Amino acid sequence: MKKAVFNLEPLGCPTCVKKIENTLEKMEGIEEIKVLFHSNRVRTQFDESKVQAEDIENTLTKLGYPVVSKKVS
Amino acid sequence: MNARRTSQITAITGALLLIAIGLHLGGLHEWRQGTLIISTVIAGTPIAIKAFQAIRMKTFSIELLVTIAVVGALFIGEYVESAAVTFLFLFGAYLEVRTLEKTRSSLRSLIDMAPVEATVLRDGETMTISVDDVEEGDRVIVRSGEKVAIDGEIISGKATLNESAITGESVPVTKTKNDRVFSSSILENGFIEVLADRVGDDTTFARIIELIEDAQETKSKTQKFLDRFANIYTPAIVVMSILVYLFTRNIEMTLTFLVVACPGALVISAPVSIVAGIGNGARNGALIKGGEIMESLGKIDTVVFDKTGTLTRGRPEVTDIHTFSRKENDLLRVVAEAEMISEHHLGQTIVREAKRRNLILVNEPQNAEVIEGNGIRADIEGQTLVIGNRKLMRTNGIAISNEVEAYAVEREKSGNTAIFAAIDGTIAGIISIVDQIRPEATSALQELRANGIKQIIMLTGDNRHTAELVGKQLDFDAVYAELLPEDKVAMVQKLKNAGHRVAMAGDGINDAPAIATADIGLAMGEGGTDISMETADVVLMADRLDQFSHAYSLAKATVRNMRQNTFFAVGTVVILLAGVLLGKVFLASGMLIHELSVLLVILNAVRLMRYNNKNGKKETATPILQTE
Repeated sequence: MKKAVFNLEPLGCPTCVKKIENTLEKMEGIEEIKVLFHSNRVRTQFDESKVQAEDIENTLTKLGYPVVSKKVS
Repeated sequence: MNARRTSQITAITGALLLIAIGLHLGGLHEWRQGTLIISTVIAGTPIAIKAFQAIRMKTFSIELLVTIAVVGALFIGEYVESAAVTFLFLFGAYLEVRTLEKTRSSLRSLIDMAPVEATVLRDGETMTISVDDVEEGDRVIVRSGEKVAIDGEIISGKATLNESAITGESVPVTKTKNDRVFSSSILENGFIEVLADRVGDDTTFARIIELIEDAQETKSKTQKFLDRFANIYTPAIVVMSILVYLFTRNIEMTLTFLVVACPGALVISAPVSIVAGIGNGARNGALIKGGEIMESLGKIDTVVFDKTGTLTRGRPEVTDIHTFSRKENDLLRVVAEAEMISEHHLGQTIVREAKRRNLILVNEPQNAEVIEGNGIRADIEGQTLVIGNRKLMRTNGIAISNEVEAYAVEREKSGNTAIFAAIDGTIAGIISIVDQIRPEATSALQELRANGIKQIIMLTGDNRHTAELVGKQLDFDAVYAELLPEDKVAMVQKLKNAGHRVAMAGDGINDAPAIATADIGLAMGEGGTDISMETADVVLMADRLDQFSHAYSLAKATVRNMRQNTFFAVGTVVILLAGVLLGKVFLASGMLIHELSVLLVILNAVRLMRYNNKNGKKETATPILQTE
């Protein structure tokens, strides 16, 4: 199990939080998601055999939330 | 939609509106109308998309109301209104995100304090690596001007460190071999080599950030209420708009009603205050874990303090060893050998004193038993030692002569804790230990009273005399001594049953049950011990009591700010709606006032970030319990 924190550009509204949560929840291998509205961050825990941090980053970018920086541990 | 895209679309539609004004002045009416429609479509599309997304997530949003109003305005040919409303809405949203950034900035500045790289010594080689690649057990070198990248113990060197990222305390501290250092401290002067024992997300700093982030996302009761209210309010407004249309048959008034009734400022009024308040607390070393806790903290009227480690420094020292039968060092050695198993700070103080005197502690205690809140019993070199308070002596059938009692009382009255040491059923000596009152305690308690705390009570396991002395010095309303952890719980419960809203402050270990029982549990963080950080509602990162008085007045200010915001948001909507029904407020002007109200609510919250409790004065005098 890996952890990744993605720093995003400022999130505009709580709907953005739900949108990100709903989309990531559907991705296979993602075990935990926390979208932090006030710090513009997404904390995730995922199964690296099923999904990679890059896949999550791409999904976020496609959704319209480009990743400014990320930390995978 | 992110802030950058919002600003781009706002700029384009703003330019289109300017062109439309030019075309209007040039008399090109058809072109003007076309430009306005294009502007409406460009600005309106992202708003409509957001409205659709919100519906899909089963929430009614302000975007939905704006979309209905804009479609209506286009339908009746009010192109100026539709273009102005969409532009103003996007511009407002952009300003909102930018202004919100201010309330988020306190957290952002904390996150930015995290170190990026570290210098480690591996296989005799010094290398600079990313902080994510540092492993437990690595030897990390920190030089002047660098940040500590891990938590660990200094194995060599000496340095002055600024630990404000962790504790909120900006006065540098000097640390040397065997001292602990924390990630994100800045080394101001010197050189140290640290053995990493916590890295990455396990460091104290990373956990503080996570706790603050979670705290900011935790909703307050007011916030939860407003969220529920907004969900009912928005569809209610749609219904009311239909009623307005049925009564007035005025589509323009109906659309204006729809837009100005948007609950934007109302929805944001509570969270922005909470986020700004939590940010301020974090910067000042008080970690308040969430909106609901902020609200409860602002309502407390009674504060219960534990003495040792909370009101006192928690670094006790042996001041005197009085023996009745044997040599001082001999008694100290056997008592220290027995206390080796004790985790109690008084026991550890005795062990420390023995080590300071270079006494060799070789004998392992046999049949050792810790009697919680009273002391310990153990066999050393075939002798049975009973070490602790009077109660322990009594329960073990050890007689306390008048001479011993008189000496103990005399020590206690001068502020010491008298530890009775009995060997084979006879009192062999008394070890006096003193713990200094924290220098800021007097002023912090005065501030708490000035800010509205009705009563301050001390509950301690320590003896009556010392407790009374400390209580008198700090002007407590009541002092209860010689209590066990369960007695403290019962006292807190009793206060709660009497209708008081109680905060319990302790050092987070033996006080944990009472802390959990109180309405608000407050722990001294000591640079972030696990138990205190996880269990308490409020953690004082630098162990300073003035951080508590700041947190309390901050909580009150935050609740006040939240009420101001809610009042202002509701007031604006009521006045605007009245203006609409009286025909004084129109679609674009209504939207402008509405957006301004959102900004004002945020700016009011931003004031909290600079909040500083002015009631209290810093105390320079250091009241210390005298040992003689």
